[in-house]
Amino acid sequence: MSTGLTIAVPRGALLEQTLDVLDGIGVDTSEVRANDRKLLFRDVGIVTMRPSDVPTYVEAGAADIGITGKDVLMEQSEREVYELLDLGFGRCVMVLASVAGDDPMEEALRRLGVMRIATKYKKIAMRHFERTGRQAEIVEVKGSVELAPLTGLVDGIVDLTATGTTLKENGLVVREEIAVATARLIANPVAHKLKAGAIDALLERMRAA
Amino acid sequence: MTVADPTGAAPAGVPTIHPIPSGTRDVLPDEMRELRSITATALGVFDAAGYGEVQTPALEYEDTLARGDVAGAPPAYRLFDEHGRVLVLRSDMTVPIARLVATRFATAEPPLRLSYLAHAYRGVRPSRGQSREFLQAGIELVGAPAPEGTVEALTVLCDVLDAVGLTDYRIGLGDVGLYQALLDGCGVRDAARERILHELVTRDFVGLQREVGALGLGADAAELLVRVPQLRGGPEVLADLGGQAGEAAEGLRGVHALLPPRVAERLIFDLGLVRSLGYYTGAIFQVYDPALGVPIGGGGRYDDLLGRFGRPLPAVGWALTVERLHIALTGEEAGR
Repeated sequence: MSTGLTIAVPRGALLEQTLDVLDGIGVDTSEVRANDRKLLFRDVGIVTMRPSDVPTYVEAGAADIGITGKDVLMEQSEREVYELLDLGFGRCVMVLASVAGDDPMEEALRRLGVMRIATKYKKIAMRHFERTGRQAEIVEVKGSVELAPLTGLVDGIVDLTATGTTLKENGLVVREEIAVATARLIANPVAHKLKAGAIDALLERMRAA
Repeated sequence: MTVADPTGAAPAGVPTIHPIPSGTRDVLPDEMRELRSITATALGVFDAAGYGEVQTPALEYEDTLARGDVAGAPPAYRLFDEHGRVLVLRSDMTVPIARLVATRFATAEPPLRLSYLAHAYRGVRPSRGQSREFLQAGIELVGAPAPEGTVEALTVLCDVLDAVGLTDYRIGLGDVGLYQALLDGCGVRDAARERILHELVTRDFVGLQREVGALGLGADAAELLVRVPQLRGGPEVLADLGGQAGEAAEGLRGVHALLPPRVAERLIFDLGLVRSLGYYTGAIFQVYDPALGVPIGGGGRYDDLLGRFGRPLPAVGWALTVERLHIALTGEEAGR
């Protein structure tokens, strides 16, 4: 069945459980599961994209609702979207980590007055250091953040971790937990008013599922 | 690839690009013709409804705008005049018109009906339909209390939208006092109140639930604080609101009852409606159209603002962002 809404669905780590949730409320996701190259599934009102693009589509109204991680929403906090529901799955922790042993971040802060931090989450990292009153220089990287402290590019990293395995395998330890992120249901502010019935019905079924 | 010529001259056939400030734009004749047709129609409706057009300077003294408590739309552009006084580019037209009414119509018999077509300036993140310099068409009705004044303002709003040919729009109507009254009723004050309002302003219902949960209220009160701001729809959403919130709900019902049917059928009651401007006191509203993901305009009652300029009069007004209205019209046309 169709919800009458356009739903932005994140590809990647959140995809499976997002589709499970949609199955649970009666949306047929078999075509999405069978097709990992196709992006638009008009019959069931699903568009698939990177998690970090979900707020962009929803804010502009190209999708009425969407599912993405709280980490994405925190990093894009200026987006004008409604956050409707904590879906609970996809639990990850935003952490500050550095190489095991003596903490190079402390050493850098003490001797150089500033620590260098690599991250994909520039805003979350900057807010965290502002809030805790430490001077940090943020180095934005696109690929594997774990590499940066191993090569001496930075003293530590701010990154999202689910199990901590990748950190451990690269000899990194968690120094601080910044925030817990789970999958969230978001809505476009105009769709939230004009398609209130459809959105509330979907919300109800998701809560009940 | 063209390599920049150190003399600054572009190769033949390649235009030299002279940048304009981020968030501003040029308008060329094709677009301008369409914008003009919208604004001419709007001005025609204003005129027919008895709203005289006014103009105020784009620059105001910072102290003047500060009286308006513009926390939600802080002026983004400041400069100094030759005496070192701080001037700002207006962030909306309501505060300048409040100043104008108090100064230039100090003894005029209310109600006063004024309209404008003017640019305003905000330091926003440029995105679709959101420039830092944007054109507003709007009215201010000064000296007409609720509910009759609100009814007239909403009626003129629909008249304009109908006249320009927008067909699918809806108007969300809420009351700034309603949620405040609920918080009062539950005895939520100070820092906790600020945190809850912050979640509401940032549209985070997950955060709202968390903050309300942390208050340790009874189950009924907690449920009320989380449920009510998510209500939107027909008059049925106003049911079950007691105490001071009931008064606000009664006010909204009063507006609804007096609206002509063609306006009433456009209305959605929206109890979570929060407009960021600090001067609103009662009914507030926003215009939505399915063809655009952001509101086209909005307004509300500001019964205290004129008093801050020395002429205490109840007032209501609204503004449409002309560029957004244009996008919505184009979108509706494409979807037809």
